[in-house]
Amino acid sequence: MTTITVTVNGTPYTRTVEPRTLLVHFLREQLNLTGTHIGCDTSQCGACVVHINGESVKSCTTLAIQCDGATITTIEGLAQNGQLHPLQEGFWEKHGLQCGFCTPGMIMAAADLLQQNPDPTDDEIRHGLEGNLCRCTGYENIVRAVRYAADKINTVAAD
Amino acid sequence: MTATEVKERIVGRALKRREDPKLIQGQGQYLDDIKLQGMLHIALVRSPHAHANIKQIDISRALAHPGVVAVFTGAEMLDINPLPAAWQAGGVKNNAVTPRALAVGKVTMVGDPVALVVAEDRYIARDAALLVEVDWEPLPAVVDAKQAAQPGAPQLHEAAPNNIVFEWEAGSQTDADAAFASAEVQVSEPIINQRLIPTPLETRGAIARYDNATSEFTVWMTSQAPHVMRLLLTAFVFGIPETKLRCISPNVGGGFGQKIFCYNDMAFTMWVARKLGRPVKFVEDRAENYQYSTHGRDHITDAAICGTKDGKITGLRVKTYANIGGYFSTIAGGIPTTLYGRILNGVYKIPGVYVHVTGTYTNTAMVDAYRGAGRPEASYLIERMVDRFAAELGLDPVEVRRKNFIQPTDFPYQNGLGLLPYDSGNYEPALDKALAMAGYTEFRKAQAEARTQGRYLGIGVSSYVEICGVAPSAWVGLNGQGWGAGLWESANVRVHLTGKIVVTTGSLPHGQGIETTFAQLVADELGVAYEDVEVQWGDTQGTPFGYGTYGSRSLSVGGVAVKKSLDKLKAKVKKLAAHMLEANEVDIVFDDGKAFVQGSADKAKTFAEIAAQAALAYSLPEGMEPGLDETSYYDPPNCTFPFGTHIAIVEVDTETGHVALKRYIAVDDCGNRINPLIIEGQIHGGIVQGVAQALYEGAVYNEDGQLLTGTLMDYAVPTAAMVPHFELDHTVTPSPVNALGVKGAGEAGTIGSAQAVINAVVDALTPFGVKHIQMPVTPERVWKAIQQK
Repeated sequence: MTTITVTVNGTPYTRTVEPRTLLVHFLREQLNLTGTHIGCDTSQCGACVVHINGESVKSCTTLAIQCDGATITTIEGLAQNGQLHPLQEGFWEKHGLQCGFCTPGMIMAAADLLQQNPDPTDDEIRHGLEGNLCRCTGYENIVRAVRYAADKINTVAAD
Repeated sequence: MTATEVKERIVGRALKRREDPKLIQGQGQYLDDIKLQGMLHIALVRSPHAHANIKQIDISRALAHPGVVAVFTGAEMLDINPLPAAWQAGGVKNNAVTPRALAVGKVTMVGDPVALVVAEDRYIARDAALLVEVDWEPLPAVVDAKQAAQPGAPQLHEAAPNNIVFEWEAGSQTDADAAFASAEVQVSEPIINQRLIPTPLETRGAIARYDNATSEFTVWMTSQAPHVMRLLLTAFVFGIPETKLRCISPNVGGGFGQKIFCYNDMAFTMWVARKLGRPVKFVEDRAENYQYSTHGRDHITDAAICGTKDGKITGLRVKTYANIGGYFSTIAGGIPTTLYGRILNGVYKIPGVYVHVTGTYTNTAMVDAYRGAGRPEASYLIERMVDRFAAELGLDPVEVRRKNFIQPTDFPYQNGLGLLPYDSGNYEPALDKALAMAGYTEFRKAQAEARTQGRYLGIGVSSYVEICGVAPSAWVGLNGQGWGAGLWESANVRVHLTGKIVVTTGSLPHGQGIETTFAQLVADELGVAYEDVEVQWGDTQGTPFGYGTYGSRSLSVGGVAVKKSLDKLKAKVKKLAAHMLEANEVDIVFDDGKAFVQGSADKAKTFAEIAAQAALAYSLPEGMEPGLDETSYYDPPNCTFPFGTHIAIVEVDTETGHVALKRYIAVDDCGNRINPLIIEGQIHGGIVQGVAQALYEGAVYNEDGQLLTGTLMDYAVPTAAMVPHFELDHTVTPSPVNALGVKGAGEAGTIGSAQAVINAVVDALTPFGVKHIQMPVTPERVWKAIQQK
């Protein structure tokens, strides 16, 4: 067993983990942050995407011990002061989710995409989210949701 | 608000979903998010062989592993029955062999579980499962539905000679033979509808708890139909009173049919929870989901179509082998029979149709309903054959469709295949709208021009009809189509003392937005604030019974049950209002949340005032019970028949065989529309599952029965970059079947789409003499088809 210290959604935690414990299991089972989901075992689906030190990472293929000292943001930490993140708002406004299982990972991946490319074309959104699968929406409204968020962030930035 | 102000109606408005705030913030509760005090974890020992005898199982090393609480094999669970075969093919003998909680004696597919390990955490359980030693005697396997029925094929079950589950037919062989005998032209084609893996993003699982003091079970499950599971698990598997099991579906992460069925994990988690007196959880991983949870489609068909030289279709003959897999899954018998064979004529009047279906066992995962369930297979077949027929005659496929359409005046329409009459339809306006959106005439010019430049464009048209809200119970049930229960739906509407309204429904939303849609309906019917309506589902302690959500039935059956409860509630409201206003009940109008005497709207009683009076019961009419609380059971008199036309435009790179889907147009008619945003979302998602079948997806087994597409690395679920933007429109032809005039939208996208894409690809390759390509049209297949010119 190994002791690690991580800051998750602004709260520091020190916990003991097995060296083989996956980050996604650590988050879900030790910290009870069950918003991060598991949809596959081959790192294809992206339901488990979180941010580690600001970058999107698939937490199903990351060991908890690799995150010692890291700052992690999960879907539970995305809204600030009771205010939804523009992406959360966009997914709601544009019906970017149905069953909601892929949604946390999709939103976290999209947040990273918008950090790297604040004004993506629809095509760039589609390619930027290639690491995340959604079986419900056909992606049409996910593209609209990300577009909505980009426009909103850019409008606020321009004001 | 004064009595004369009218509250804005919200039915028909694209309200954003009330389900979403918790889901976008990671606050949903899916099965694996649930933790119970003292909960143990189960891992399975699964067969690596597609077909094998189990000679011996040694659990000793696993049992000795630290953290392991127990290890069980199937032999210990013989005190519970095999899972039920709830929908067998109607009117014929079914050799139904269903799975047990764990396999005993032999296995019939890779992934068939033979033992389970119960441990303190999931990692330990998985470690210890690897320590169980099974002595296998491998047997020859068969994976192909047609080969399984041939002499000399490996035999899976003693109860099913030649691996045959059932032989079933529909239509008239005599009429079909007569049509073909006198036909001016006929075309035949082998049509394969490949096996698909539904792939809800959340895998399946169950958590069971047993209360020793009361002998009561609670099972949390990833189910589209928890009430049905309660019935099947108690009455059929465990032989205990139905009252001793509570089933709860929390948030369910997609279903697409795969989560309708009764699975062995429900049974073995219950058995273990009772045995050990501790709650247990089992959640499959993706590889397990792909190996063992149900698949869809998998038909091998010989089809022939015939008619006159001017394009009138007179006959259709279909022989299908339907793969059932290693065992009979819960409703596997109804999918390739009632929901396929009975609608093979599609949107066309065809005098002579005959279909024969042979269901066979093979050493593969069980096959059962997957989004569309039988209707995509039927729609694909007829729409491909119509295109083949038109091409043979050198006619425009659009004109051949027009010439054979069932006409608006033909409804209710009997298709001669043993189906109830099509309720309503108007196929040509949907076709015309789609053609206009696609610019069909201009496209044909552009296509001709492009061909001169060596570019190969194609356009594919699909005009579909499907069956939703399958009912009534007397037709679909045991004496008719073989469904082992009823197919009505129940709903309760209860008004609390403060005027807040709670609806409980037997529908089980898992992405369909039913909470939003139903709340819109209730708010308008009662003239109350949308926010004052709460819709609850998913718990057998809620509504009296529910058949669940599948077959696009939630609105056309579940929603109508809600409407019926509202009608009863409004009748009581009027009676009480008459008492409060000292008027005659016949003179009372209840409109927009207010009750008043006709012509005296200024002296209205509001719904809240009446609800309070009903709840307090200080002054009620003689004989009236307190409260506003009504339950309804709705058994529809018929199914509903949504329809539409989809058009795909593709460009094929003849050097590489790559197909680019350039545009996709869909005009769907689901009857009256309550929430257009949700309907469009359903259509988008549905289309992608059909497009994916045409272009990408296919479950592949090798001849030994090993699943080669066993993970998401190998099975091509499309990403955002693999599908285009969709251009949608609609027509509205209300259903006369129900009071809401609604039909259903959950599966239409899937049912209409695969053949639009394939028709387009074949159209593009006409200069190369290509007449048909089997799905999925991978670059390799397309390239080979071009080379075979």
